[in-house]
Amino acid sequence: MAMAKRRVAVIGGGLAGLAATMKLAELGLDVDLFSLTPVRRSHSVCAQGGINSVNTLTRQLGDSEQKHFEDTVYGGDFLQHQPPVKEMTAWAPRIIDLMDRLGVTFNRTPEGFRDQRRFGGTLFARTAFAGATTGQQLLYALDEQVRRWEAAGKVVKHEFWDYLGPILDDRGVCRGCAAQDVVSMEIRAFAADALVVASGGCGLIFGRSTMSMACTGSAASRTFQAGAWYANGEFIQVHPTAIPGADKLRLMSESARGEGGRVWVPRRPQDPRPPSQVPESERSYFLEDRYPKYGNLVPRDIATREIFNVCTREGLSVERDRPCVYLDVSHLPRDVLDRKLGGILEIYRKFQGVDPRTQAMKIFPAVHYSMGGLWVDYERSGEGGLKIGSPRNHQTNVPGIFAAGECDYQYHGANRLGANSLVACIFSGLIVAPGVAALVDSAEGPPDPSRLASLCDGAVREHRARFDALVNRGRQGENPYLLHQQLGSIMTRAATVVRDNAELDRAHQEVCDLQERAARAAIADSGRWTNQNVVFARALADMFPLARTILQGARARDECRGAHYKPEFALPGLDAADPAQRRRQAEAWCDRFEQNGRTWLKTTIASLDPGGEPRLSYQEVDTSLIPPRPRLYGVVGGELIEQVWNERQAACGLAPGTTP
Amino acid sequence: MTDTPHESPLPAAQARTFDVVVLRQDGPGRPGYRERHRVAHEPDMNVISVLEKIAATARTADGRDVAPVAWECNCLEEVCGACTMLVNGRVRQACTALVDRLLAERPGAIELSPMTRFPVLRDLVVDRSRMFDTLERIEAWLPVDSYLDLGPGPRQPQDLQQMAYELSKCMTCGCCLEACPQYLKIELARKPDESVPQFRARQREAFRREFLGAFAIAQIELFNANPVGAMNSRHRRDVLVEEGGIQVCGNAQNCVRVCPKEIPLTTSIARQGRTATLHVLKTWFDR
Repeated sequence: MAMAKRRVAVIGGGLAGLAATMKLAELGLDVDLFSLTPVRRSHSVCAQGGINSVNTLTRQLGDSEQKHFEDTVYGGDFLQHQPPVKEMTAWAPRIIDLMDRLGVTFNRTPEGFRDQRRFGGTLFARTAFAGATTGQQLLYALDEQVRRWEAAGKVVKHEFWDYLGPILDDRGVCRGCAAQDVVSMEIRAFAADALVVASGGCGLIFGRSTMSMACTGSAASRTFQAGAWYANGEFIQVHPTAIPGADKLRLMSESARGEGGRVWVPRRPQDPRPPSQVPESERSYFLEDRYPKYGNLVPRDIATREIFNVCTREGLSVERDRPCVYLDVSHLPRDVLDRKLGGILEIYRKFQGVDPRTQAMKIFPAVHYSMGGLWVDYERSGEGGLKIGSPRNHQTNVPGIFAAGECDYQYHGANRLGANSLVACIFSGLIVAPGVAALVDSAEGPPDPSRLASLCDGAVREHRARFDALVNRGRQGENPYLLHQQLGSIMTRAATVVRDNAELDRAHQEVCDLQERAARAAIADSGRWTNQNVVFARALADMFPLARTILQGARARDECRGAHYKPEFALPGLDAADPAQRRRQAEAWCDRFEQNGRTWLKTTIASLDPGGEPRLSYQEVDTSLIPPRPRLYGVVGGELIEQVWNERQAACGLAPGTTP
Repeated sequence: MTDTPHESPLPAAQARTFDVVVLRQDGPGRPGYRERHRVAHEPDMNVISVLEKIAATARTADGRDVAPVAWECNCLEEVCGACTMLVNGRVRQACTALVDRLLAERPGAIELSPMTRFPVLRDLVVDRSRMFDTLERIEAWLPVDSYLDLGPGPRQPQDLQQMAYELSKCMTCGCCLEACPQYLKIELARKPDESVPQFRARQREAFRREFLGAFAIAQIELFNANPVGAMNSRHRRDVLVEEGGIQVCGNAQNCVRVCPKEIPLTTSIARQGRTATLHVLKTWFDR
């Protein structure tokens, strides 16, 4: 167990893990990089749209880092601490420049500059993109840099290794991690001066989602179970349009609607005719009918809720056995479809065997992104951003354990803007490195070698015993794959688009019951070579602490904020016709909004008690840079509420907010 | 979101089933054997969902309990390259292999087997680390000065971006190598007294003398076409003419036919062949 000085373990090789690894190597640290899959196959490859930053063009139209910051905070319904977001948006242009220098094949203008497109939640064309596979291209550039450091001897990759948990000393300081080779099933301890968890989202807790098969959340859960806090777990982004599949729900990009695609259902429930045979008069274009101003391009959360309600409450799903609606582009000219939507329509054709240019697509919302994640700290600079190089940045509450990327909670608040995930993942990976280096340099150093060796041996013994118990459990018991499906059904029903307290209570009880059953699940493979059965059953067991945290966080939060929607606690619009009374209603609305903010504009922090029960507490949010204001989208009487709100702000000496 | 299982509308007794024959192998160097599984038909199935069902039941068509079949996958969108295998004898990704289409093309059973040009680890899981080692061998990266802010990269014409983007879609899946008559399997076993780093070093040495494969030649073209990559293309041109370089290509042109991303691999090979010839001549005259 010889340990070189200044060695860091990184868990996960997506954008955040690779960015952290290459920056740590550049700073002179040695890195052990662990990944369940070859890092080049990480989930980051699935990102299609692009990566956001202010750029030379948008600047001339009035855009700035500050505006990107404001859009991100407003989009996240003010739940983020603002200094890290300010720092990220300030770095975004430089991050895209760096990725450009690393060889990412960004689309070009005729003059040879990087091209940009417009995405949701902003008025500016901030989004740089590389064809229809921006995430794949960014990931490859970082993978190549890490390979360069590997060739130079600074990085050792451990691909097909499953992280089992951190190794903590008597004082609770992280001294490394334990991991298992999922080919040979060998379990080893890896001593490290710091640990960076960059393991991505936890979509598989919801059964099928738009996430990849490695996105079980198990690495975050194992860190949580070792004492790290998990923050804002209840905030899960559901994307309105995904292609339902037997194995996965594949994303259908917003650009299909951007180019004129229409969402509809037949007025007759489960009309058996093919969509092209349903006459116009028998179709309900429900988004256009209900939101005449925005039509099919209402924001993600509203489109998601309407599609969900049409299928579940109104019973108008296209199919009887599974909920879905039509997304139709077949009325658009063929050349527009081929030129502008070719890539994404090809995905539908490839996986559904149907050509969307001639037949309406069947789509339904799908779990897409975890805004919540491991709680991490930050150090605020004098300018209100981050103090670069502070070991507090991205460090969890467990000394020596850091988290970055989708598995941390820091940047997206209650709702993530499109094309902000890639910038957040790369930024957090790059920014974590100088803090890690500072910590490693300032620490008093590892305990003496014999003490470290005994810590490591102890961890290996403990994990081997757990593995042996799993492998020897035998075929008697329930099937873990079916238990996972049940977990996914419960979570999807209770904790996605619409949330209800009675339903959440019931779901929590069911999940507790499933957790006990999963602890006794059957193991069909008793072998000690490439045992995927054991790896899956172990990941399933680790889904429960996070699933329960998500449910409890949602149950406790009696309000509507971003992706968390509880109709019982929605603030109703104004209904009075008399101007004076309407004014009083608007005043009351603002009072209630302020009261709600005092109670709920707070980070949910979950920790596990010794019995494995999640315990919730709340932390104030740093909103010192941009004062919170109501999101009034679609609220009846929104203009008057905004007017009253701005008058109040002006009375306090604050500039009125602008509500897009 | 669609949590309702895709049940067949037919009652269970009449539910349609189909058979899947998997070429299994318990570990490296172990004999292969075929095993038949019976799967209930559901709408929108692909080979991944078939393998999920086989893993969940872990029982053969004749009712024997077996260990679940091992396979590799991740994104399920044909963009990560993990789930590459032979489906009815054809190399491809399991995620885009749709059951209804496979059964229409060839009624009866679906056959699944591991790729043959890579060592089998277990069942359908093969060891493709040689491909990643090859990326290291050709130095498939841009050696930037640092990760500090040095402004944007060089401006590039649209047609260069379009060419580079096509090559950069390569997901290291190995289809082009599986189809190549010149790309042969190298399977080494770790010796009892050998550490993992020692074994990896011996493996890399063995790979280094053998054919690069079409994907690597396309990657050489990608990096040498980049304005910064062109500044340090010499090593990549050297590799092109070394043992195991472009001269091994027998021009069978199978690679381009099986590439799921439709990368113009044979165009790259032709262009890099000319580059290699010039490089050899130049090196010879420069002596």
